[in-house]
Amino acid sequence: MQAVVNKQQSHAHGGARSLTALKRGESGTLDRIDLPEDDAQRLMELGFLPGHSITRAHSAPGGDPRVFQVDGSEVALRRETAVHLILR
Amino acid sequence: MDDCHGAPTATLPQPPAAGKQHIVAIVGPPNSGKSTLFNRLTGLRQKVANFPGVTVEHRMGRARLDHHREIYLVDLPGVYSLHPRTEDEKVTHDVLAGTMEGLPKPDAVILILDSTNLSRHLSLAAPILGLGLPTLVVLNMADDLHGRGGEVDPAELSKQLGTPVALISASRGSGIEKITEFLSGATLQQLPRPPLVELPVLQNVPKIRDWAANIGRRTKYRAPAPPVWTRRLDGVFLHPVTGLVVFLLVIIGVFQTIFAGARPLMDAVQAAIEASGRWIEATMPDSPLRSLIVDGIWSGVGSVIVFLPQILLLFLFIGILEDSGYLARAALIADRTMAKIGLQGKSFIPLLSAYACAVPAIMAARTIENKRDRTATILIAPFMTCSARLPVYTLVIAAFIPEKPLLGIFFGTRAAALLGLYVIGFLAAIVTARLLKSTVLKSTRAPFVLEMPPYRWPTVQSLALRLIDRSRVFLRRAGTVILAVSVVLWVLSNLPLENGKAPEIGNSYAGMVGHAVEPVIQPLGFNWKIGIGLITSLAAREVIVGTLGTLYGIEGTSESMNLQSALRHELTPGGAAALLVFFAFAMQCMSTLAVVRRETGGWTWPVIQFVYMTLFAYVFSFAANRLISLWF
Ligand SMILES: Nc1nc2c(ncn2[C@@H]2O[C@H](COP(=O)(O)OP(=O)(O)O)[C@@H](O)[C@H]2O)c(=O)[nH]1
Ligand SMILES: [Mg+2]
Repeated sequence: MQAVVNKQQSHAHGGARSLTALKRGESGTLDRIDLPEDDAQRLMELGFLPGHSITRAHSAPGGDPRVFQVDGSEVALRRETAVHLILR
Repeated sequence: MDDCHGAPTATLPQPPAAGKQHIVAIVGPPNSGKSTLFNRLTGLRQKVANFPGVTVEHRMGRARLDHHREIYLVDLPGVYSLHPRTEDEKVTHDVLAGTMEGLPKPDAVILILDSTNLSRHLSLAAPILGLGLPTLVVLNMADDLHGRGGEVDPAELSKQLGTPVALISASRGSGIEKITEFLSGATLQQLPRPPLVELPVLQNVPKIRDWAANIGRRTKYRAPAPPVWTRRLDGVFLHPVTGLVVFLLVIIGVFQTIFAGARPLMDAVQAAIEASGRWIEATMPDSPLRSLIVDGIWSGVGSVIVFLPQILLLFLFIGILEDSGYLARAALIADRTMAKIGLQGKSFIPLLSAYACAVPAIMAARTIENKRDRTATILIAPFMTCSARLPVYTLVIAAFIPEKPLLGIFFGTRAAALLGLYVIGFLAAIVTARLLKSTVLKSTRAPFVLEMPPYRWPTVQSLALRLIDRSRVFLRRAGTVILAVSVVLWVLSNLPLENGKAPEIGNSYAGMVGHAVEPVIQPLGFNWKIGIGLITSLAAREVIVGTLGTLYGIEGTSESMNLQSALRHELTPGGAAALLVFFAFAMQCMSTLAVVRRETGGWTWPVIQFVYMTLFAYVFSFAANRLISLWF
């Protein structure tokens, strides 16, 4: 993985693409999860594993939370969480 | 089913005698079919139990094997790993480790996995097999797997994992015999040896996931095609326009069912209770015992049992929504709005249900895994205008507010007042939620995740068992706590005897209590009679109507015109407004307190809730009394 990036910057400045950048039906490969260990573990158990492909599916009517297809199942994440999942 | 009732205090249906009875734990990820399998194996021989000190519930049940032998099964909370991070995971972890108080270490484990999502679900096999307990790996949803063109070889997987593997369909019942076989083995001590498989050394998620993928490849697992129907249905149910329409229709449906649809059933139950009460009255000679049975027990317990149809209908609805998979979509749609008050999408249905009755609503909050969100939902639910408030609202509004049209013939002053009461209850809930969520129940930053299970047909068995289970819980409470309070209330209003007869209510112990609280409630514009009503309505809100009826010496509440004019004598307009506000905010409901205690695992929260709501009600009733008194 890359050098340590300031978490705040990585999504605030759009230097790295996060899950929120995916359009409906678009896929991307997860690079890393910029969240504390426990939360990252939980997301990984649900299938958000680095190196795995993630597809953006439906969303709630307002566009948040959004549903992602990962590892054979569908999981909804709020935007506030999805910005911490960085794509390759 | 009979011995399941046992003593109401028992946590488990008879503690299994050491060395004779065997306990087998059912473990698996959420939605893998644990409860379906458990229900199939145990049927009605099951009950909900709570471990001491934790609020996570589990089910214990007995499965009958051949030769009249039985085995105890435990249905544990769904988990993806054994890392004890959430309370659910901790319970599952502790039970399997044998460190859970009140339950001996299980003799064997049934690990149930969704075969349509095997590569991910197999990850749980690593930590479970690592425990060294005899384990049967059950691959569930065989029908769905094959229906979507997936393939798995249980024999090969068994070789790879070094433990028996059964491919079944829990909802259809195919392959169940392999489980009974395993369980028979477990009772006969011919347990398969702990597996000698090489497990991933480092138990971190990516490593385990690689291990699972590897096993999947070696056993030629072919994942099924994506669930076409689920995608199609989501195209409608999560569509920006049709999704909202369906959502609203479902809400209106739930609301309509529990509010209007339950009415005829509730009326029928009410009529049956009244008829049987009259029958007892007619058959028994006039005596204090008759009065105790008819006026005390029958009307007290009866006023609660009336809610049974409503509760059952609500749970039928929630059962269908949950088992079909729509509940997750509804939670997704509601999430944004609920987040604004610090809650989350899953709080939505419980709060909606609370408009019928807080009791089932609080039980429905079980679908919220996040403990803080669940507690917050439970704590604000009683602010929603439940149907028990309606008799009080109707009476006071009819007595004090003259009907004048506001918006044509459909919306008059009385409807506006009623609507206003709904609104202030809702606002109180929001304020309280924000208060709680920004202080004691502030969410840990744990991200909100919501799995969208594929849509499935709910099974009749699962729905029926839910209803039976809820009725048992509800009726048991009506038969214990509520019975006791009804008797106490009756005794207090019929003692001390005057010349060997029941006293005037004003001179009874209840009357004395009313006089005693009068100074406290006088600032609200209430006198001692209202005081008695407030106290008796601690049992249930609508009880105040009956109490006031008795106090004003009016036979039956059907003569509500008389009760209305009596109230107009008794209360100033300020006092009437205060009474309405008091009932909007105060926690006048024993059943709710009892269920909050049950669901939060102790008296702390119900006590806090009671004190908070009563103070809240007091302050605002006081303000209402003063404000209205300025005008009139
Ligand atoms: N098609 C199919 N559906 C199943 C099967 N077993 C369970 N289900 C459904 O899967 C859903 C989740 O089951 P449940 O027992 O509640 O899962 P739990 O969360 O593990 O307790 C329910 O809608 C069940 O009806 C099965 O063998 N085949
Ligand atoms: Mg279950």
